[in-house]
Amino acid sequence: MKTLFSYLKKYRKEAILGPLFKLLEASFELLIPLVVANIIDVGIAGADEGIIIRDAVLMAALGLIGMLFSITAQYFSAKAAVGLAATLRHELFSHIQSLSYSKAQTIGTSTLLTRITSDINQVQTGLNLALRLLLRSPFIVFGAMIMAFTVNVKAALIFVVTIPLLALVIFGIMKVTTPLYKKVQSKLDGLLRMTRQNLTGVRVIRAFNNEEKELADFESGNEAYTQMQQHVGRISALMNPLTYMIINAATAVLIYYGALRVNVGELTQGQVVALVNYMSQILVELIKFANLIVTISKGMASAGRIQDILQMESGMDILEKTGKSGTACLEFDHVSLTYPNAGAESLTDIHFSVGHGETLGVIGGTGSGKSSVVNLIPRFFDATAGSVRVDGEDVREYGPEVLRAKIGIVPQKAVLFKGTIRSNLQMADPDADEAAMWEALRIAQAEGFVREKKGGLDAEVAQEGRNFSGGQRQRLTIARALTRRPEILILDDSASALDYMTDANLRRAIRQADPDMTVVIVSQRTASVRFADRILVLDDGRAVGLGTHDELMKSCPVYREIYDSQFRKENGGKGAAGHEE
Amino acid sequence: MKNKANPGTFAKIMKRVRGHWLLLAVSILCAAANVFLALYIPVVNGRAIDYIIGEGRVDLPAVIDTLTVVCVCAGLAAAAQWVMNICNNRMTFEIVRDLRNDALRKIEILPLSYLDSHPHGEIVSRVIADVDQFADGLLMGFSQLFSGILTILGTLVVMFSVNWQIALLVVFITPLSLFVASFIARHTFDMFKLQSETRGEQTAYMEEMIGNSEVVKAFSYEKQSLEKFDEINERVKKYSLRATFYSSLTNPGTRFVNNLVYAAVALAGALSALRGRLSVGQLTAFLSYANQYTKPFNEISGVITEFQNALACAGRIFELIEAEPQTPEPEDAVVLGEAGGSVDVDHVWFSYVPDQKLIEDFSISVKPGQRVAIVGPTGCGKTTIINLLMRFYDVDKGAIQVTGHDIREVTRRSLRENYGMVLQETWLKNGTIRENLCMGKPDASEEEMIAAAKAAHAHSFIRRLPQGYDTPITESGGGLSQGQKQLLCITRVMLCLPPMLILDEATSSIDTRTEILIQNAFARMMEGRTSFIVAHRLSTIRTADIILVMRDGHIVEQGNHEQLLAKNGFYAEIYNAQFME
Repeated sequence: MKTLFSYLKKYRKEAILGPLFKLLEASFELLIPLVVANIIDVGIAGADEGIIIRDAVLMAALGLIGMLFSITAQYFSAKAAVGLAATLRHELFSHIQSLSYSKAQTIGTSTLLTRITSDINQVQTGLNLALRLLLRSPFIVFGAMIMAFTVNVKAALIFVVTIPLLALVIFGIMKVTTPLYKKVQSKLDGLLRMTRQNLTGVRVIRAFNNEEKELADFESGNEAYTQMQQHVGRISALMNPLTYMIINAATAVLIYYGALRVNVGELTQGQVVALVNYMSQILVELIKFANLIVTISKGMASAGRIQDILQMESGMDILEKTGKSGTACLEFDHVSLTYPNAGAESLTDIHFSVGHGETLGVIGGTGSGKSSVVNLIPRFFDATAGSVRVDGEDVREYGPEVLRAKIGIVPQKAVLFKGTIRSNLQMADPDADEAAMWEALRIAQAEGFVREKKGGLDAEVAQEGRNFSGGQRQRLTIARALTRRPEILILDDSASALDYMTDANLRRAIRQADPDMTVVIVSQRTASVRFADRILVLDDGRAVGLGTHDELMKSCPVYREIYDSQFRKENGGKGAAGHEE
Repeated sequence: MKNKANPGTFAKIMKRVRGHWLLLAVSILCAAANVFLALYIPVVNGRAIDYIIGEGRVDLPAVIDTLTVVCVCAGLAAAAQWVMNICNNRMTFEIVRDLRNDALRKIEILPLSYLDSHPHGEIVSRVIADVDQFADGLLMGFSQLFSGILTILGTLVVMFSVNWQIALLVVFITPLSLFVASFIARHTFDMFKLQSETRGEQTAYMEEMIGNSEVVKAFSYEKQSLEKFDEINERVKKYSLRATFYSSLTNPGTRFVNNLVYAAVALAGALSALRGRLSVGQLTAFLSYANQYTKPFNEISGVITEFQNALACAGRIFELIEAEPQTPEPEDAVVLGEAGGSVDVDHVWFSYVPDQKLIEDFSISVKPGQRVAIVGPTGCGKTTIINLLMRFYDVDKGAIQVTGHDIREVTRRSLRENYGMVLQETWLKNGTIRENLCMGKPDASEEEMIAAAKAAHAHSFIRRLPQGYDTPITESGGGLSQGQKQLLCITRVMLCLPPMLILDEATSSIDTRTEILIQNAFARMMEGRTSFIVAHRLSTIRTADIILVMRDGHIVEQGNHEQLLAKNGFYAEIYNAQFME
């Protein structure tokens, strides 16, 4: 945890002053019972009104000073905790962005988001409470005990027995119930899953008339959950009654012992009252302390998880070359790829090259490795064997920005960002002017609907582009990639939501727009790749064909199979009987 | 108490509480006993102190007697508290269990139009999070409201009976603490709102940037993205510091007021003691009341906030439970036996929203065994037809008849038993493969199930799963490929094989070989059955008896392949774009 808390250095002053003021406040609180004892023993016994009034004013003053100190402490603690959280968020966000795509994918978006939101909030709450109470509660408990010692050593021994006993009950019950509460939570998660299932699967459930069965399953899960809740409830319901009994018994013993001592003149009546008051201060603080421990340990667990992410290395070396001229635009030289933690290769010995201005089609079924080929070009992943070259230079020799500036990629999932159409297009090129953007939209078959939008280029885009249809989003992401006028345009199954007509127009427009642009089209549809200069056919991570449509139709059975399945003229299904497993 | 929730909500809650009146009575009785004893103990302790006047002036037997009373009272109080806790737990958890069951029961009979128009996450959060929040509020209400009110009343009674002047003093000062607490709460509410809004904004931003890191990387957008992040982060820090600090003022503030009360009681008490109107023991009792008296006030104000929140949650739950269910079946609903398979759609009008016309005057007559292909570009509303046939939605005008019966006059169960449905969006429930396959026929034998799986080409891959047919799968399908999931969905229908089918052909994301298997399975199922197919494949379309061509939610053309081509309309246009490039 050392490094994570090193971020706290910036707030060292606050982190020290917070607890310090809190302790000062606590010391004043500890003085109160002594003042009361003085009122009884000196003021009342000596019939001295002056002392009584002075002491009462003293108590009010102690309260006021205590409040001021306490407020100061709260401020410093809040500042340190909030400041640390903000620093951590910044560090974590920038670290996540520096992680290689492959690393980030392995961890997963939802995990990363949890780390940067709820885990950091947890750390903030934990630190804030720790600064305020971690020292204060034990200080009051032990302070009360020590004060008791100053009053009477033997009477204080009752405290020495009571405190561990109370601690035993409080922490013992917590130790038993904590794992049980986890079970309760997991049962609730089960109910959540079932509820969601009944919503997402409502059509299927109703189609199969399964409503009653689903309800019965839910009810039995719900009953188990209720039973579990009651079970834990019965145990934790013991905490207050038990501690209440202990503290009252201890008080009774204290008064009895006090009576004996007063009788022989070792103690005064006021001192007995002071001891009783100290006893009642202990209980409240111990319970606070127990709750604090829960919050802090949650915070520590979160801190550990954040730490794990921060310690991950980016996973890619970075060099700074810019590429040579006069070479093939894109080359795969016996490339293989095994994903991290994967058992088998996803690409095996892929070898091809594409010249400037050529179009490469990549086709194959799900899991055949099409996206892996795409991921290697902008270096989202590094090849495990062989090399990928862009403009004659291995992609690993480039600075990532230089490399990625050459490439316009249209990912499978059509993602837009919150903002405007303009801000989305300018992601690719901050300097793009109006004309360039309209040109890109025109090629991407998006000009029509953008012109119709209110605001045109400044039309609003909701998060993830939800205010556009799937087909419109795809065309906008294509326009975004075209805005940077890339050397290589990669369309990763980017036309799946377009109807065939629009798809065809799009391909024609791209080809006409820039004769020097190299285009890589990845698709499941033969119609999308059949006019490419060369088509790479993938099957299970291997290249099983490379050539033009006509060549492949003659020489590549896998290609023909894909083509037939989409264009077959004979009756559905029957002709394919020979392909069964 | 003011709240935004429907005033009826409280009455509805009370109606549910009334079902547990015995537990409620026991709980209130125990609360009263507990409060009475807890208030009595300081009085007895004070009496014991009064027996300890000074050296040689201690009445030891009397001290022992009073302390025995204290111990017995403490034991009884603890027991009463425990019983009260258990009653409250049981009441709350049972009420909540019934609420959840009612909610799910309602979900099963809500019309699809409700479920489709409400985000699933929102409904889930009503059933899970809102109910949980409600339970917390209810539990807190049960356990703290009665005892809080009783404590305040009891304390007042005791204080006034011992010394009315001091009691009056306490009564006048304490509201100050409530005032302080509510003043702070009112002012921090806005800051908390601001904090959570800004946090929400930040989370949305991070979700966008981290979730789509490939796009961020592809366009080297990291630096700009971090700048914007920092801008939001600064605001979060600012608001968070304010919210944290101001809300943390409550404790020092109310503690100060408590200290003031304490000092005032000490002063007034000691002065009265001087004049012989109060014993030292009574003074200690008063002091301990002054310590406790303000606590229930703070607790009750906490309970009220919590309870308002709980009421709002309860309001949302009741809204769901009381939502209008689907049209009930008529008393004399016909149970449709094995339908012959003729479907007559007679001048049907339908739209999801009144002012957006979709299906207008649609008629079609399907004879047993005929195939109907529904074609059109993505998003043209093909699922609308499925919604109407399965009676997920009711038509606005006209009628749909199955073997001569209007589907609104037959039971939903028997109608749906006659349809086998395979949707493109494969949905599997949490459970084993077996449970999923047998959804339509829970009493299917092992042999029947395996035969169906073989017919659907699913047997060979199921066999290879770690636990065969007993392998558990999750809703998202876990390790299964899209194609395998589709085969499971087909097996599910294959097992009951009803006389009419609704099939949704997959467009993409399934590899060619699996697609051929699926085609085979579809073909086998359709033999001799009336089928409606959302079709993408030429072979399916060409061999269909009737083709429905849809565009933007409307049915634009109807006929067989030759007729439609001859018509040279929209069908011809998409046909040419797709297959004749």
